[in-house]
Amino acid sequence: MKRLSLLLFTLVFSANLAAADKFKVCWSIYVGWMPWGYGADQGIVDKWADKYGIEIEVVQINDYIESINQYSAGGFDACTMTNMDALTIPAAGGLDSTALVVGDFSNGNDGVVLKGKKSLADIKGQSVNLVELSVSHYLLARGLDSVGLAESDLTVVNTSDADMVAAYTTDDVTAVATWNPLLNEIVGMPDSYKVFDSSQIPGEIIDLLVINTETLAANPALGKALVGAWYEIMGAMQGDSGVAARTAMGQASGTDLAGYDAQLASTEMFYTPDAALALTNSEQLRKTMQYVAEFSFKHGLLGDGAPDAGVIGIEMPAGTFGDESNIKFRFDPSYMQMAADGKL
Amino acid sequence: MKRMINLTPAPPARVFLALLPFVLLVLLYMVSSDARLAENPNDKLLPGLGQIADTIERSAFEPSKRSGQYLFWVDTASSLTRLGLGVLIAATLGLLIGLFTGAMPVLTAGLSPLLTVISLVPPLALLPILFIVFGLGELSKVVLIAVGITPFIARDMQRATQEIPREQLVKAQTLGANTSQIMVRVLLPQVLPRLIDSVRLAMGAGWLFLIASEAVAATDGLGYRIFLVRRYMAMDLILPYVAWITLLAFLFDVLLRSANRRLFKWHQPEAN
Repeated sequence: MKRLSLLLFTLVFSANLAAADKFKVCWSIYVGWMPWGYGADQGIVDKWADKYGIEIEVVQINDYIESINQYSAGGFDACTMTNMDALTIPAAGGLDSTALVVGDFSNGNDGVVLKGKKSLADIKGQSVNLVELSVSHYLLARGLDSVGLAESDLTVVNTSDADMVAAYTTDDVTAVATWNPLLNEIVGMPDSYKVFDSSQIPGEIIDLLVINTETLAANPALGKALVGAWYEIMGAMQGDSGVAARTAMGQASGTDLAGYDAQLASTEMFYTPDAALALTNSEQLRKTMQYVAEFSFKHGLLGDGAPDAGVIGIEMPAGTFGDESNIKFRFDPSYMQMAADGKL
Repeated sequence: MKRMINLTPAPPARVFLALLPFVLLVLLYMVSSDARLAENPNDKLLPGLGQIADTIERSAFEPSKRSGQYLFWVDTASSLTRLGLGVLIAATLGLLIGLFTGAMPVLTAGLSPLLTVISLVPPLALLPILFIVFGLGELSKVVLIAVGITPFIARDMQRATQEIPREQLVKAQTLGANTSQIMVRVLLPQVLPRLIDSVRLAMGAGWLFLIASEAVAATDGLGYRIFLVRRYMAMDLILPYVAWITLLAFLFDVLLRSANRRLFKWHQPEAN
């Protein structure tokens, strides 16, 4: 009996030990996150995990929001998401999260399209179909600011992204805000004009790999392995030598090399850690996160009980925005810095 | 010793047994919610009951800060309008189709196979087509509900009509009734109670189609709200909405059942 319990104890204990070294990362299909799928397929992630003596399982989740919810509920240690969703879903849900990799920003990948009208100011009084509370909604709000309109000047119709293109073909839909590849498809239709896009607010819609802060603190090896793998993949997908990699990523996202390159053209990819660090360490990031927090607060995304936009502290190299005693979202440049210094 | 199958609980025990699973579920929820909240007080997955109550109060009894509307009631009103219209159309069409195809063999031969095939098409798969044909407004939502449950009701009505004993029809004919008289005076009174039963069964599917259509494109509605706040995992709003939908569904069922009892006294199984 004693021996049995000892055996059980050892088994349980060793299982626990092994569990601490196994991590799960999720991602969903989007131009800036396809590299994770490629890196997992090519064994680049495994290679870096082995280097640091850990195991990393990379899981693709078909539904973007579902992937963030899974991460927020604790099902994954890290997940890909935009800066806005990282603030409003895990961080607002009390899960202390860190932006480990700042991968790219949308530089035209998100846009507002009008049917038959050529200027954003014409949007006044129209119904606008978009995924409510998404970055499209944020982009629209920023666009309206720029022409002196407010959201009360139009009607927002929440429309599922899966049905956006079909919806646009109907007569009663005259204005949409959406992202690529849907955006390209819609702009390509007759009499359709892109009146505002994310290249007019560069660096505000940022695609990240977000990691559980506690897990990262306890397991720096995970951070190093993920960042190391990321920049190896970045190196493998650039220029002419990266054609094979980009073709694979394009096919995995349901298009081809040309289609994927077209999406990359409207995405400012940070191929090097230095480029990513320049944005992460900038004062501009602080301003962006303030806009995002204010937008989120105005739309009730920080909780109805939130007193102001700063209820959730956001720690950035350029300084903290909001409540310093309630920091739930951090931009941590240290791992990308290690990559820049060649210390991984 | 009594055999298990002969053990009948006394009325008080029956109430207790009926409530037990509910109480256990609520307890289980509270324990798991407390455990998660102890670890992270801002956790959104399993909010505490107090938090849920706060959210209900805010959405049902305070005007929204942004639009000044009582969101909960606005959502309920627009969802019920859609569901009500959809079900009403489906019931009317279903009754007419069922009655005519059930009563007249010529129509049965012509339409029955078509009806069977149509009823096999999964309505949700038609959703993109409906949206293109009927637009994204209220119309397509009502149409989806109607399209979704009409074939079911129509087939049920058809069967109900055909099940009416042939003798009754013969008798009516010997008394000189013509086709329309037989349909109105003999068939309809016996089919109407069955229609209400059929609508009761179809309501579940009706809710499903309502929520699916509101998830695709909408500006208000119970399904719209759930799919909207799902974006930031506001379970404190989703859970009461789900409970409210369940309660509404239950109330409709009770209402239809009692309507059936009151309106069609001649068709109660107890009375026979």
